[in-house]
Amino acid sequence: MVTTHATLSSVELLAIPLLPLLAALVVGLGGKVLKEQLSHWICCVGVILSALLSIHIFSQVADGASFYGNFWTWIVSGKLIIPVGMMIDQLTAVMMITVTIVAACVHVYTIGYMHGDPGYTRFFAYISAFTFAMLVLIMGNNFFTLFFGWEGVGLISYLLIGFWFKRERANVAAMKAFIVNRIGDFGFIIGMIAIWHYFGTLDYHEVFAAMPVFLAHHYALNLGSWEVSAITFICVALFIGAMGKSAQVPLHVWLPDSMEGPTPISALIHAATMVTAGIFMVARLSPLFEFSDTALAFVTITGALTAWICATIGLVQNDIKRVIAYSTCSQLGYMFVACGVSAYGAGIFHLMTHAWFKGLLFLAAGSVIHGVMADQDIRRMGQLRKYMPITYITMLIGALALSGIPPFAGFWSKDLIIEATSVRHMGWVSEFAYWALLSGVFFTAFYTFRMFFLTFHNSDRVPQKTKPHLHESPKVITIPLMILAAGAALTGWWGAKVLNLPGEGGESFFGHSIFVLPQHNPMITLEVMEQSHTTGLWLESGAVIFALTGIALAWIMYFKPSTIPAKMAKSFPALHQFLLDKWRFDELYWSIFVMPARNIGTWLWQQADLAAIDKGIIHGGIINGITVAARKLREMQTGMVYHYAYAMVIGLFGLLTWLALGN
Amino acid sequence: MALHNVLGMPILSASIFLPTIGAIAIWLLARNDNQVRWSALAVSIATFLLTLPLAFSFDTSTAHMQFEEMHPWIASFHVNYHLGVDGISMPFILLTSLLTIICIVSAWKCIQKRVREYMIAFLILETTLIGVFASLDAILFYFFWEAMLVPMFLIIGIWGGKNRVYATLKFFLYTFAGSVLMLVALLAMYFKAGHTFEILDFMKYPFDFTWQIWIWIGFFVAFAVKVPMWPVHTWLPDAHTEAPTAGSVILAGILLKMGAYGFLRFSLPICPDASQYFVPLMVGLSLIAIIYISLVAMMQQDMKRLIAYSSIAHMGFITLGIFMFTQQAVEGAVINMISHGFVAGALFLCVGVMYDRMHTREIAAYGGIANVMPKFALVMMLFVMANVALPGASSFIGEVMVLIGTFNADPTYLGFSPKWIAIAAAVSVVLSACYTLWMYKRVVFGTITNDAVKAMPDMSMREIGYFLPLIGLVLWMGLYPIPVLDLLHTTVSHLVAQATSSKLPAAEIIAQVQAAVSVLHHPIGM
Repeated sequence: MVTTHATLSSVELLAIPLLPLLAALVVGLGGKVLKEQLSHWICCVGVILSALLSIHIFSQVADGASFYGNFWTWIVSGKLIIPVGMMIDQLTAVMMITVTIVAACVHVYTIGYMHGDPGYTRFFAYISAFTFAMLVLIMGNNFFTLFFGWEGVGLISYLLIGFWFKRERANVAAMKAFIVNRIGDFGFIIGMIAIWHYFGTLDYHEVFAAMPVFLAHHYALNLGSWEVSAITFICVALFIGAMGKSAQVPLHVWLPDSMEGPTPISALIHAATMVTAGIFMVARLSPLFEFSDTALAFVTITGALTAWICATIGLVQNDIKRVIAYSTCSQLGYMFVACGVSAYGAGIFHLMTHAWFKGLLFLAAGSVIHGVMADQDIRRMGQLRKYMPITYITMLIGALALSGIPPFAGFWSKDLIIEATSVRHMGWVSEFAYWALLSGVFFTAFYTFRMFFLTFHNSDRVPQKTKPHLHESPKVITIPLMILAAGAALTGWWGAKVLNLPGEGGESFFGHSIFVLPQHNPMITLEVMEQSHTTGLWLESGAVIFALTGIALAWIMYFKPSTIPAKMAKSFPALHQFLLDKWRFDELYWSIFVMPARNIGTWLWQQADLAAIDKGIIHGGIINGITVAARKLREMQTGMVYHYAYAMVIGLFGLLTWLALGN
Repeated sequence: MALHNVLGMPILSASIFLPTIGAIAIWLLARNDNQVRWSALAVSIATFLLTLPLAFSFDTSTAHMQFEEMHPWIASFHVNYHLGVDGISMPFILLTSLLTIICIVSAWKCIQKRVREYMIAFLILETTLIGVFASLDAILFYFFWEAMLVPMFLIIGIWGGKNRVYATLKFFLYTFAGSVLMLVALLAMYFKAGHTFEILDFMKYPFDFTWQIWIWIGFFVAFAVKVPMWPVHTWLPDAHTEAPTAGSVILAGILLKMGAYGFLRFSLPICPDASQYFVPLMVGLSLIAIIYISLVAMMQQDMKRLIAYSSIAHMGFITLGIFMFTQQAVEGAVINMISHGFVAGALFLCVGVMYDRMHTREIAAYGGIANVMPKFALVMMLFVMANVALPGASSFIGEVMVLIGTFNADPTYLGFSPKWIAIAAAVSVVLSACYTLWMYKRVVFGTITNDAVKAMPDMSMREIGYFLPLIGLVLWMGLYPIPVLDLLHTTVSHLVAQATSSKLPAAEIIAQVQAAVSVLHHPIGM
């Protein structure tokens, strides 16, 4: 056991997840009695306190403090010992402030957005419980606590996607999200038990410390004829879990559908926090991933594919929330590429800036949807800037940040990822990733501003009956927007300064919380190039050029009413339809997974269970046999179960006598 | 022989026979249905309280039987009235006495005909169930094992649904036929091991390999029917569907555990070499249960049938864990046995709550229940998630321990990589979510399309009352399973040692290894 070491107060640390939990329990169980106002006060205060404490912890961690220790024991069985504890370092601290501050903004925003909903208190209980589970996920010190939080956030995501449970589509989307995530969890569980198999522990510190011994053994798994090194097996299995939670191709299909849930949770869960859990996990486990080049390549390819595919789908979607949702999948792909090229710090940096600007974009979209009476189709919007000036400005900041225009937040982190990818040599893998990301930047800028122009500029296509209701949202909505907009504008610059990436003087903010092999580290290469001024114009500004081109194209096509988009759709009808159909993933899964599973299930039930076993063997063989035999014996013609039973008992006595006499 | 009994009183006998004495008193004295209900409740609570000292005075440091009692019963055949419990059997006595209370409360309103007979049947059933777990004499065990069929037969046959005659007949014939072979095995051991029916003596007697194989098969048939394992599982969906709610609860909660308990008490310690020999068979059947049965469960139209199939799939996890011979897998299996008692029991109670209002079990007849029964929706959600084995629920602890234990199992018993088995079993993570959530969605979510659903009142205090202990136990065992695990450690490590140490002389071990090598070339189920 690694002994506790702590320069942070454990009471303070415990309070951070427990305050939201307490609020969730009180409101969840007593919401009816507390009424709406008291309920939202309890939850908001809980989460805001948690955010303030997190900021306090962050400032201490920045000064070098840390925490590691166990609080109680969950499972003991033979050599299997699973404690519950916390591990607080730089990586955790960055995640904590991101999660709690966004959660606090969303809590306040919800007061306005969910006003008058019959499930108002239930909603607050859910989002507070979510905050708790997410904090457990990031603050835990072993794989089991990570998995506890992992499943906890998954459960609440399920509950919140299906929050409006009267809508069939919401219910289907919720179920889909849960089941697709379970496919990922399947991988996660396998990875977790494999770790215990090789390391005999599931504690981060102990596993990381045992890595040299583990690697020296060169363990390999013999799975039939297929042999794979243990470290690759573990990392790929765990990463499958991350692919589920962080919506990576081919497990991304649940995230766009999750937009059926209320907008605040799209911002909190399906953009800023939960879906980034996969990136956090890979960064947390960098001491493992660093030693499997196969796994890193797999992460890079998956991330790059997702970044590119989802960006192309985003080009043609008409649902304002779906555009942003595909953008989320795509941006998560960028973060995974960062991890794959061993620039974990850049991935976490992008995670943080993304939380701000994507949370902002979702909440601004929510404000728009609120304004146009729950319509989400951008074809029925336009010129909304006149009615919603604050939403307009804040969303513009979010859009610029997402597109990667300096000095907004997205620029700093996204550019760093692309630079890191370009200098990391992984053969065709990094080459492919680099071009996927770079073209992705163009697509991102285009679809973001297409959505933005169609919503706020272009022609006024708002239906007449909605017109009188158009208005700017109330302060509880606009104030969180402004806070997040400030973040979307400034956190890039702030992060570049505080996180110190690529790492002037050799050491970034993350220090030892992220492990990178020196020969992998693209940050070192970048740092050397910067020192010697050999980065070159292309490396430094290539991405910005792509982004500006994308915005320019969107401006030409959508700023004013134009016939170009229709013409383009007409010239490439198959491609347009393919993108509109989201690359037909859903149809493919339906025909190769869902329908076969149902057909096999029905066949096994009807043919194997009922026809073969019941009718064939039992009725046809055994019962008929007994009946025929019974018919031949007049005394037993009744066919009563008791008589059969008596016959068996008599037979038994005969057997017993025979055995007794025989010996 | 020194008897281990710290309490110095026949607490097991008292727990076994108090329900029967209560039943006789109810039969003779109670004057109307209400008196019957209240006195049955009183008797079941008294029995529960009586079983509590078993847990509190239990010595977790020994694998020895505890709270023993021993009296000669049929001296000419060396049959003893020998009772005692270890860490594996003791929790099931508590589970039985707890679930019986819940069964009695849940039947309070929905059973209106022959209330007296119903309550008497349940109390006598409790006697036989506790008797099975407490018996250390094979004949006594067999007596309780068979006696349990009678009240269960009556419960399904008298208070069951439309198709109850078919279901009872099937239930009775399957289990009875299975047990006959067990009796043969017991008698064979009696003569071989020197005229004793002491289970503990059977464990010590060095049966040779052929004997072990035949004894093992005799037990296997009896236990496989009871678990139930594929392909002798088809009686269970029928029995569950037709049984009254409380019958299903006790069937899923306790009766199914008898089979798994039998493997732990008889097959593993008495026939360790045969158990190892048959691992491929057990693994194959367990994986069929987990995957095949899950797919079948997904397509069910009847809620009780769905939960019944789900039970078979979960039992697959349990039989898998038992035959992995690792501390974690066996403990996980036992945790799963207990947890499944809570979770499946609660799910059957949930169906019962709906059935009492609508008198149908068809999934399609419902929809949108959350609109009118929010409390019910919350309670059912909790058990749905427990059925999916989410962390925080007791089922997670059991399943993850079985998986860990399986992945880590010793490959020499298997002939092929246990890692594949763990990976295949983990598919249940996905499949259980599919069938459980799909059912929940169709029943609870959506708009109300049906006037009968609109009129459904939410749960009463009585209904909430019998769910509360189950909720508490599922969460307690999910978040703080240490006390239950502590009960198991010594007993299970003793059992694992028994199951992994051969009873054969060296020459036979070599022959058996050769046999295992031939299995390696023809692996079953993979």
